[in-house]
Amino acid sequence: MLRLEKRPAPARGWIIGAPILAVLLTMVAGGLMFALLGKDPAESIRVIFWDPLFDDRFAGFSRPQLLVKAGPLILIAIGLSLGFRAGIWNIGAEGQYIIGAICGAGFGLAFFPSENPLIFPGMIIAGALGGWAWAMIPAILRTRFRTNEILVSLLLVYVAEAILATAATGFLRNPDGAGFPGSRNLARHPGTDNPEIFAGTGVHWGVMTAFIAVIAACVLLNRHILGYQIKLAGQAPRAARFAGVNAARLIILCLGISGAVAGMAGLFEVAGPAGQISIDFNSGYGFTAIIVAFLGRLHPVGILLAGLLMALTFIGGELAQLMLGVPAPAIQAFQGMLLFFLLALDVLSNYQVRIGYRTAA
Amino acid sequence: MGLTPLLTIDGLTKTYPGVVANDDVSFHLAPGEIHALLGENGAGKSTLVKMIYGLAKPDAGAMTLGGAPYTPAAPWAARAAGVAMVFQHFSLFEALNVAENIALGTETLPPPRALAAQIREVGKSYGLPLDPGRLVGDLSAGERQRVEIIRCLLQNPRLLIMDEPTSVLTPQEADILFHTLRKISAGGAAILYISHKLEDIRTLCDKATILRQGKVVATCTPREVSAARIAELMVGQLLSPPARTERAPGEVLLKVADLSLEPVAAFGTPLRHIGFDVRAGEVLGIGGVAGNGQDELLMALSGEVLTAPGAILFKDHGIGAMPPGQRRSLGLLCAPEERLGHAAAPDMSLTENAVLTARQREGLERGGFLDWAGAKDFARRVIANFDVRTPGPDVVARALSGGNLQKYVIGREILQTPTVLVVNQPTWGVDAGAAAAIRQALLDLAKGGAAVVCISQDIDELLEISDWFCALNEGHLSTPRPVRGLSMEEIGLMLGGAHATHKAEPGATHAAA
Repeated sequence: MLRLEKRPAPARGWIIGAPILAVLLTMVAGGLMFALLGKDPAESIRVIFWDPLFDDRFAGFSRPQLLVKAGPLILIAIGLSLGFRAGIWNIGAEGQYIIGAICGAGFGLAFFPSENPLIFPGMIIAGALGGWAWAMIPAILRTRFRTNEILVSLLLVYVAEAILATAATGFLRNPDGAGFPGSRNLARHPGTDNPEIFAGTGVHWGVMTAFIAVIAACVLLNRHILGYQIKLAGQAPRAARFAGVNAARLIILCLGISGAVAGMAGLFEVAGPAGQISIDFNSGYGFTAIIVAFLGRLHPVGILLAGLLMALTFIGGELAQLMLGVPAPAIQAFQGMLLFFLLALDVLSNYQVRIGYRTAA
Repeated sequence: MGLTPLLTIDGLTKTYPGVVANDDVSFHLAPGEIHALLGENGAGKSTLVKMIYGLAKPDAGAMTLGGAPYTPAAPWAARAAGVAMVFQHFSLFEALNVAENIALGTETLPPPRALAAQIREVGKSYGLPLDPGRLVGDLSAGERQRVEIIRCLLQNPRLLIMDEPTSVLTPQEADILFHTLRKISAGGAAILYISHKLEDIRTLCDKATILRQGKVVATCTPREVSAARIAELMVGQLLSPPARTERAPGEVLLKVADLSLEPVAAFGTPLRHIGFDVRAGEVLGIGGVAGNGQDELLMALSGEVLTAPGAILFKDHGIGAMPPGQRRSLGLLCAPEERLGHAAAPDMSLTENAVLTARQREGLERGGFLDWAGAKDFARRVIANFDVRTPGPDVVARALSGGNLQKYVIGREILQTPTVLVVNQPTWGVDAGAAAAIRQALLDLAKGGAAVVCISQDIDELLEISDWFCALNEGHLSTPRPVRGLSMEEIGLMLGGAHATHKAEPGATHAAA
């Protein structure tokens, strides 16, 4: 009989070993799947994991894309992870991302065609405030009326999408755009653009902000009293109350921070890679970031790596579709396997497998 | 004796990584014998019982039951062989009734109506009245224990194992339990009785086996040996009772006036018009069985639940609406009963757990940033001063044994030199040596001019350290009385609530005088 037994303390080796083993297992299981589909498994794996970074033909385009895609994922996931650690579940980052983008873009377009260098910083602040305000709705409803923040934040995503459609076709529509939906292009206008800072790397201000967020989150969680209270509230709510943690304040703070960074991520996206507010400029980063946060074990460095890995499978997956004709569902199944193995093996860092009957002390 | 032994234990040895839990343990039980198993925490009592009940396999040695070799692979096998056990912590569902709870733990299930009749019948013949239809959530600790005992008795066991059965009972309830246990043994079943309450064992048990560090150090007839001698055998050294010195009462440091609270959790107890005051240099003992409002009282004092400002006065300042951190800064510190999850976060290290309550008074936070070096230093001091057995301050709290963690959480508060300290069950599950150290530390604190409120189920402990005694019963607190000159009878009545009702809602008529 196989049994799981809780370890007295988490095993350090497995915290690092489990993700590596998970990637290897995904390669084996995924390779098997590709083989059944009639593709060369070794080549498929290589195209997904290796070619985007190191193949001469693709790397020039793919490598910057890695950071372009990973940047918003990491930034949003860092914000979410703070709340998740405290047991506060913001599922609506996608909505905060959209509202942040609309507010930030609206601020920039209000000064059009000025090229004042203060406009872009103003857009960042407006984006952060927009995301923050959108997150305050579930926060206040939760602390005042005890509504469930999971439901409220999730449903507000659909409200935000409706507002986005209205903005793209209505109040933010490009007056010179011959009636087509979509705003003026922010990325092509100096003053409102979020340019690539180092040519050929894909690093724009959003990616920089994501890196700063990783460092800030590390400091917050390891050194600051707020980080301590977040961890305490998530691990032992009664002990947190005993220590004097104000639960309502923590909810407002955590939802506020995650909303603000999601809003910033939205602004960086709309002013850079996406370029304009369009009906569907949001590409699900807010939802994918939830996966990234958990994949990174809610740890800032883990999230950084998870964001890069996730971005790699996206880019590599597209490449595999293009080059080898692997069907899109197979790519999604492959990504699913990666998540499955990562989360399933996580159990080994806290539990050990025993064979036989219970003999615990 | 000429009787064939019911259970023989011969050379049982069990090793866990790093410790020899049982080392060549041998003894035997005759049918109808009440046999005490004594020892400090960590002496190996639990491991031995686990092997008898099929929860652990011995590395070496053999057992026989009724003359036949006995090697239970699992608890069901032990029960099938006629071995039943009542655990210290009850495994009952509060939202189900008595009969449903008993049915859940019984392998051979009679139809519900027959089961209810059996429960009544067994209850009557052993002096354990119990209504099968009552919700367990509404039962007292003593009544819950009856449910567990009846569950065992329904299987007609040959051997009944009782683990610390009186730790949750009032003296009167304990008397009823002893009466029941004698009836069971008169019926021919043997009882293995695990306890650290020496007086209980001396009144109840025929024989005693004393374990220390996994070995049998003595077998004796408890009636013929003094409690002090048994304690010495258990601990391996002379125990000195806590030293008390006379002291002049100081100013009132903590005053609680007409504190009423609705319960926070389901099956919680409301607090009703609680009032007491504690002076500098005094220890107030609050007795009573857990679940009568102890948790709620502690949370009101710690600031986890806020009240009207004037309901709790610290040096004449109303602090009832003040959050926990501010109360700590003032000097009111608390140590809750539940160590894991309330007093300490299980997955955090001892250093991190030091920050939990010592942040304000030890200056472990500057401008929002935590001083981890200082926290580690403080954790080390707690570990050293209170003899916490652990490799170091980086170990997570749940890796510590219950007694060691208790020493840590009590030590953490005492080292912060509180003005008023409130502790709930300070020595629960702590071995005798450590319990004595904790009691002495509480007395020393009071001697140094602090006021101490000690909430405990252990009456002996309260009588040992308190100046004043009162009891919590269903959320009512009896009027505190000086401990000196208090008789056991009066204490029993206070615990039973006889002195509590006169403070109940004014205007309520008493059905019986």
